[in-house]
Amino acid sequence: MYSYLIRRVLMLVPVFLAVSLVIFLILHFIPGDPVDNLLKVGSSPAARAEMEARYGLDQPLPVQYGIWLSRVMQGDLGTAIVARRPVSDLILQALPHSLRLGGLALLFSSVVGVGLGVLAALNRDKWPDRAIMGGVLLGSTMPSFWLGLILMLIFSVWLGWFPVSGARSASALVLPVLTIGLGGTALVARITRVAMIEASGRDFVTLLHAKGLSPLRIQLRHVLRHALIPVVTILALRIGWILGGAVTVEVVFARPGLGTLLIKSLSQHDYPVVQACLLMLAMAVMLGTLLGDILQAAMDPRVRAALA
Amino acid sequence: MTLPAPLRALRRPAGAPAGLWLILVILAAIAAPLLTPYAYDIQNLKSAWQPPSASHWLGTDEFGRDLLTRLIYGARTSLSVSSIAITISVLCGMTLGAAAAWFGGWFDRAVTTVVDLTWSFPEILIALILVAIIGPGTTGTMVAISVAYLAQFTRLTRAQIMTLKGETFIEAAASLGAGNGHILFRHLLPNALAPVLVSAMLATGDAIILEATLGFFGLGAQPPVPSWGGMMSAGSALVFKAPWIIIFPGLAVAITVVAINLYGDALIAELDIRARIRRAV
Repeated sequence: MYSYLIRRVLMLVPVFLAVSLVIFLILHFIPGDPVDNLLKVGSSPAARAEMEARYGLDQPLPVQYGIWLSRVMQGDLGTAIVARRPVSDLILQALPHSLRLGGLALLFSSVVGVGLGVLAALNRDKWPDRAIMGGVLLGSTMPSFWLGLILMLIFSVWLGWFPVSGARSASALVLPVLTIGLGGTALVARITRVAMIEASGRDFVTLLHAKGLSPLRIQLRHVLRHALIPVVTILALRIGWILGGAVTVEVVFARPGLGTLLIKSLSQHDYPVVQACLLMLAMAVMLGTLLGDILQAAMDPRVRAALA
Repeated sequence: MTLPAPLRALRRPAGAPAGLWLILVILAAIAAPLLTPYAYDIQNLKSAWQPPSASHWLGTDEFGRDLLTRLIYGARTSLSVSSIAITISVLCGMTLGAAAAWFGGWFDRAVTTVVDLTWSFPEILIALILVAIIGPGTTGTMVAISVAYLAQFTRLTRAQIMTLKGETFIEAAASLGAGNGHILFRHLLPNALAPVLVSAMLATGDAIILEATLGFFGLGAQPPVPSWGGMMSAGSALVFKAPWIIIFPGLAVAITVVAINLYGDALIAELDIRARIRRAV
């Protein structure tokens, strides 16, 4: 297990290098001169020269990448063009908001999703199953920004239960969490249902029935434990997907998180901030994948055996 | 005589209403100029802000334009952008996936690594970056969507061909003296086609949502050309004053994507390829 852990963590290094290279190159793919892209319009030639020296923009590309990467590794993400502050400050301000929102949404989708999936599987092909799966399908096909706005309209404007937007109180979190969570719930419920139904057909379940255990006990104690393995793995793999949903929902609810920062910087052409946001989101995706693999190995002895 | 699978899927309980809705939306999009009594881009401030009524079934927007007209024209943009993008994505993904599975070796490893890497990233992020590079508009959106889904089709095609390669009928063809090209184009690709095409259909649903999201950020089709996302983008600022502006395009997206999923599901059941799709993804 430990050697697997070490190998799996080491595998992240080339992935990180590849991702950081792509993010670094964005600045060079965007139309226009990279120096102009990094500077405010109308900057002095002195500022220009300083920027060129700072990023080594007169050097060949591989050297530039090396300089950029070593700065990033030291936590120096550059200076925001519009805010004129270190990018790391902006990121550190936004990150807790996104983590809280993403974490709660993940929790909501796993708890509600597993619950609904179990309920659907226990009533397979009867009306609760159809109702749940139908609702879940509908929930996953509504664009998240639209769902957010409609929830805002109903619960904040018409009913006045929650604040319309912002992040001043805890109750302002309810609607954003719900908006992101509903999409994830659909995914989790669908996987749980299929995994439960598949696990119910295994030989060990027949044996448990033959031993005379109550069907509900078999489902909840034995089948569910078996079915949770794919659920946990896919949930961890989809952390990036939930973060992607968070980007749009943060903008809709005007929450000061990474997504709002990313969209704002994209429209202001503030590329150092764009690069930093993308780097953060990419790292979250990589850590999610890592977590998924580790959890799978921890839960499933067969996977451990195959890796040893 | 047995009907082809797409028609048989129409006879299934969920496939029938879903398929009919899709046919209706596609026909409306094609025949938009014949169906709509108003022009989608002519402003008439006297009739602005009207809630749904007999003369404007879905109401009017802040410029007094008829929303039903814009919704129907919007279907044109949203459906064509997402289906063209997915078509490009499928063609490139199939080529790449088939080549990777066929040639193997370092080429396969390189393709698999890149595909696995991009696959774990949310499509919306990939699309946002690409639109930032290419610039907003219909072309940018199309390219962004097709790249965002490229990994999925490459992965799926590669997985199909890898499984098929080990089948007895391929071995039989090879032992009868069939050449490489013959096996690849006459046996492997046709057999891999059904799962890939059905996934492409389901992905078109996701692409409609992605196109709407890009449009919502103002990065999609540029005004005055209506798209569902663009309409919701305009409506989002007015959601409290005139909620009908944003409600109907969102419903159009949701119902269309539900219909695509239900019809796709019926098609999967009809073709009996559920296991082949799930194993690959």
